Amino acid sequence: MIKGKFIDNLPKVYGIYTGGFLGFIILMAIAEQAGVSAKAIGIAFVAFTVGIYAIIGYLSRTLQVDAYYVAGRQVPTVFNGMATAADWMSGASFVAMAGGIYFKGYGYMALLVGWTGGYVLVASLLAPYLRKFGCYTVPDFIGTRYGGNLARLSAVLVLTVASFTYVTAQINATGTIASVALDIPFGVAVYVGLASILMCSMLGGMRAVTWTQVAQYIVLIIAYLLPVFWISNKMGAGFFPHLMLADEVARIAELEGQFGFVKNSAADLATVPKGLAGITKAHSSVNATPWAFISLAVCMMAGTASLPHVMMRYFTTPSVKSARRSVGWSLFFIFLLYSTAPMLATLSKLSLIDPNLATGIIGKSIADVQAIDWYQNWNQANLMFVSDFNGNGTLELNEFFMGGKAVVLATPEIAGLPYVISGLVAAGGMAAAMSTADGLVLAIANALSHDLYYKIIDPKAETAKRLIVARVLLVLIGFAGATIAALEIQGILGSVIWAFDFAMSGLFFPLVLGVWWKRANAQGAVAGMLLGLAAGTWYLIHVRTGGTPIWGVTQLTFGIIGSLVSLVSMVVVSLMTKAPDAKTQAMVDEVRIPSGKTVLGKQH
Amino acid sequence: MSKQSQHWEKTRGLLFVTLAIWFVFSIGIFFFGAEMEASSFRPFGYPLSYYMTCQGSLGIFVILIFWFAGRQEKIDEEFGYTEREDD
Repeated sequence: MIKGKFIDNLPKVYGIYTGGFLGFIILMAIAEQAGVSAKAIGIAFVAFTVGIYAIIGYLSRTLQVDAYYVAGRQVPTVFNGMATAADWMSGASFVAMAGGIYFKGYGYMALLVGWTGGYVLVASLLAPYLRKFGCYTVPDFIGTRYGGNLARLSAVLVLTVASFTYVTAQINATGTIASVALDIPFGVAVYVGLASILMCSMLGGMRAVTWTQVAQYIVLIIAYLLPVFWISNKMGAGFFPHLMLADEVARIAELEGQFGFVKNSAADLATVPKGLAGITKAHSSVNATPWAFISLAVCMMAGTASLPHVMMRYFTTPSVKSARRSVGWSLFFIFLLYSTAPMLATLSKLSLIDPNLATGIIGKSIADVQAIDWYQNWNQANLMFVSDFNGNGTLELNEFFMGGKAVVLATPEIAGLPYVISGLVAAGGMAAAMSTADGLVLAIANALSHDLYYKIIDPKAETAKRLIVARVLLVLIGFAGATIAALEIQGILGSVIWAFDFAMSGLFFPLVLGVWWKRANAQGAVAGMLLGLAAGTWYLIHVRTGGTPIWGVTQLTFGIIGSLVSLVSMVVVSLMTKAPDAKTQAMVDEVRIPSGKTVLGKQH
Repeated sequence: MSKQSQHWEKTRGLLFVTLAIWFVFSIGIFFFGAEMEASSFRPFGYPLSYYMTCQGSLGIFVILIFWFAGRQEKIDEEFGYTEREDD
């Protein structure tokens, strides 16, 4: 059936895979009609998809350095775009984003703008140049461009801090979904999630991660879009929700005006289970100051351009030109999901609060709501709660509480879709969290094995030994991440945002100026990375411990302080010390020419 | 001026144009959130501020990157820096 090289057959391979997955969904739908239990369907969905990723991971095993680190640099443009999109869209994007929009409205949308706008910076400032450079990891670029182990080591430090903050959140999300779908305790589920993540990356490194991420993207995008289109059609809101929900958005605003946002007393709120929130902010109107919106967007954009697990995806394309185009495809595939999240939030909110709809619960009697099946299910899962604060027996807008995850997880059930869709959504969430965790664990392990072990500790190590070290580190880092995730210290979304701020504080300017400013030297870069990271961390602690914020910068936007310190110290120190030597300057010139050999050799 | 520095000058020019457009749609317009909301220009019937955060700016970024990539390829071609291997 399939002849010739795997790479030449990609459209065919993934076409068959997509068809097979759709067939599996239909099979499950038939099974549901035949009376198979909801729990069995949920388990089948997660087990089937994770099993496929594991098979892909096994088939992509490799013993070559450039296949392990950069997938042999032969990933075609569009497929690399899909892999990047899966790498990028985390469990938080999949499970929590629509919930964030649902509760916080306009102010939260700064994240959408930031997480997409950052790709313009990636495409124009960095990706093509780093691809031309031919590095294996981000610290590889810093270390070679600026020269010296100190610069390389500082980059490894920033990368590890940022990625590790991020990866614990992803393993946490994998555990949450696995525990719900497989019905096992969270502490166990975290390690089940970890095992699935390692199965995809351990044997084949970047090559295995690339091909599983493409498979994961296909699952997660189907799982996100299908329910939204279905619900929109079922509610009669329009067959193409993105272009047709204006009336629904206006109706929500009208209902908000009618109900008003009643503030609950502290005593009443204390009875609401932890993690649940009520609707307290307008759905569509502008509810944040320009600075609050813009500062958050800026941090997410600069963070996007500095996070190593995204950047290293563009090291895998065949050419500089395809690296550039690949960024466009990545953003296109991300756009498909991001533009759908606000539509899901709108449909979810309207179906719950509109008294004219059969699913609407506001205005019904509390006893009636408590008798609804789905309410009981999600109340038990600790994601929904109602309470009659004013004692009038009727549910008011301010008496209804929900967890952020419920918007994605519960809306299909509320809208009356068959359970097979909920199973699909669980598989999609798992795919999203796993693909991001894989990319991050690999980014950290590769930086430690290539930059710390091979380049600094043992430059004479043989290929086999290097790859063993890389795999051992991968497992260790995975376990460390899972152990911290099992402690459940922070929420998923909070730690994701911190990761962007850390990355931006330490890496944004050293990376950008490495390409765009020839005069930047090692001393400047080290100062920029270390002082930037230190300043950002200091400010985070300062705000967390009750210090007065500077310029309205919050704990979510501390990257602004960090990167400013980074920029200033990098420029000042660079100018105070000697200019880079002629060889380095020639190297920068070489990086700026898209054609010709890479600066670093094919295998290094 | 050498071929290489001319190429870099053009590349830098393209970067500034790209970043200017990026700035307008990622930062610039959000200084005017309230004005956008009040605007009578409502794409597909959505308030303009809501539309830009949901789809508008996001879609413009996608188009901008492809446009940028195309222009940069033209510049590279002009100076004979086109890569041989193609995808």
